[in-house]
Amino acid sequence: MRRLFCFLALTVAVLLGGCGKPDFSDAEKKTIASLALNTLPALKPDTTNRFADVPAAAALGSTLFFDVGMSRDGTVSCSTCHKIDRQFQDDLPQAVGVGRTNRRTMPLAGVARDPWFFWDGRRDSLWAQALTPLENPLEQAGNRTAYAHYMKARFGERYERIFGPLPDFSGIPLNASPLGSDTEKAAWNAMSDAQRDAINSVYANIGKAIAAFERSIEPTPTRFDRFALDLATGAEPKGDAAFSREEILGLKLFIGKANCVTCHNGPRFTDNGFHNTGVPPVAGLPADRGRVDAVAQVEADPFNCFGAYRDGEASACGELRFMVKDAPELVRAYKTPSLRGATTRPPYMHAGQFSSLDEVVAHYAKAAPSVEGVSEVHPLELSDRERAALVAFLKTLSE
Amino acid sequence: MLGKQAFFRHSVFPQAGGMRSVRQNVIRRRGTGLASLWRYLLAGLGLAALLVGVLAVVYLTVPHSAQPVGPDVSRTKKTDNGLYVASFVPERGVVRQGELESWVLTLKTKTGASVERAAIAISGGMPQHNHGLPTSPQATDYLGEGRYRIEGLKFTMSGWWQLRFAISSGAGSDTVLFNVVL
Repeated sequence: MRRLFCFLALTVAVLLGGCGKPDFSDAEKKTIASLALNTLPALKPDTTNRFADVPAAAALGSTLFFDVGMSRDGTVSCSTCHKIDRQFQDDLPQAVGVGRTNRRTMPLAGVARDPWFFWDGRRDSLWAQALTPLENPLEQAGNRTAYAHYMKARFGERYERIFGPLPDFSGIPLNASPLGSDTEKAAWNAMSDAQRDAINSVYANIGKAIAAFERSIEPTPTRFDRFALDLATGAEPKGDAAFSREEILGLKLFIGKANCVTCHNGPRFTDNGFHNTGVPPVAGLPADRGRVDAVAQVEADPFNCFGAYRDGEASACGELRFMVKDAPELVRAYKTPSLRGATTRPPYMHAGQFSSLDEVVAHYAKAAPSVEGVSEVHPLELSDRERAALVAFLKTLSE
Repeated sequence: MLGKQAFFRHSVFPQAGGMRSVRQNVIRRRGTGLASLWRYLLAGLGLAALLVGVLAVVYLTVPHSAQPVGPDVSRTKKTDNGLYVASFVPERGVVRQGELESWVLTLKTKTGASVERAAIAISGGMPQHNHGLPTSPQATDYLGEGRYRIEGLKFTMSGWWQLRFAISSGAGSDTVLFNVVL
């Protein structure tokens, strides 16, 4: 009699146990496989920068990237904010160059795969992006002719070996730029068209060298990738590739009920798009309307894909050509950031609004309305356990 | 308590009747113990059958309810007022997520004649996500035989996308909506 009971109890336990087994549906497996780093395609050539894959250009670019001489006061380089030992970001809510900016420094892993640059996409190529902080008074605060003079004085020979002869600098003012102070603007306007074009070419080449270097900064495999690979091949995950129950729950939520994967998709965990997710503004910072204000800026940029300094064919300019210019959802829309390595680089959002991933998850669960425009996020019921599981899963993208 | 005779009369095991004398002997020796054991066995089997039934129902219904009837994803359809027959297919045959793509919109009249020099305006979005298209696709080229190249499409996420075409030609103006599910 007792044996019979034992048998029945055991049968029921096995059946119920089988139901609770943490395995994945075929659809879930497909989604998980699509997030794994091994599905990241090889980096495409950048035809708009014919030096993109020239090693000497990348080497010069790396020198420039770390050179504090590339700033007005000789104290700020790209690497001041894009710190090499900190995923090329600075851990600050808003970047600090020569002055304090209004945006969070973005990490650089896989940056060469982005169609748009900055949180609002106000530049359309990596080389055009690299030029922007150089002249921003709050970042490197330099000016165009000063950079050209500096290249000739400091890197003349290296520059000419890669890009060909430098222009004639006679009559070129030491400080002039279309974006600088009134004096610099006046000096720029006093230059001939040929002089301005010559300086712009040198300036564009600085960006192309830095971009060539940045193309080497790529995401590295994480615990999640090892787990996903084992799941795809049917192998039993071993060592740190094995996920805890909490991490599995977090992954299931990420690709399921919590809808994170809607925007954080593909092996870089980003759709490369812009979304209003109701992230609040930071008191004391200038008004920030996100993507909607970036459209005019990228169109006006002389270094954009339609401009005179692009190499190759205009057929490479699809993103700019088919850009959404006027839509209500551009208001306070910001780029979907990659989540790789996110756990170890708080604070989060475009101006460092949230200091922990717990706060980020809480924000998305609550889905507060946007101060302007309409948030795309819908409220979500998540238990404390589920929130912790999501954060635990995100951690596997940093290990 | 069920009597032993009644138990065997109602037994689901046909061979139980033939075993009666043996069983009765056993029962006589052990009192009512065996009768209750059979009862438990029967109850256990009933329970197991019930469980199997429930699991079968769950197994059979879940896959269907998890896949609600999706939108009409046909690639050829009549325009809303029946002026044209439109078909909309990816130029390379496959849809790739996250990349700029070209599709081909083919327009025929009701009688099957190619529609030439049509003005085409494109809009769309994701009805479940409250946003429009991430790009502004345009009709960039006429390829002949009523075929128009639609460039600049980009599906940045999986899910249900809608593409609306407003078509205008000598035959009149009409609209058509295509659903694309990734």
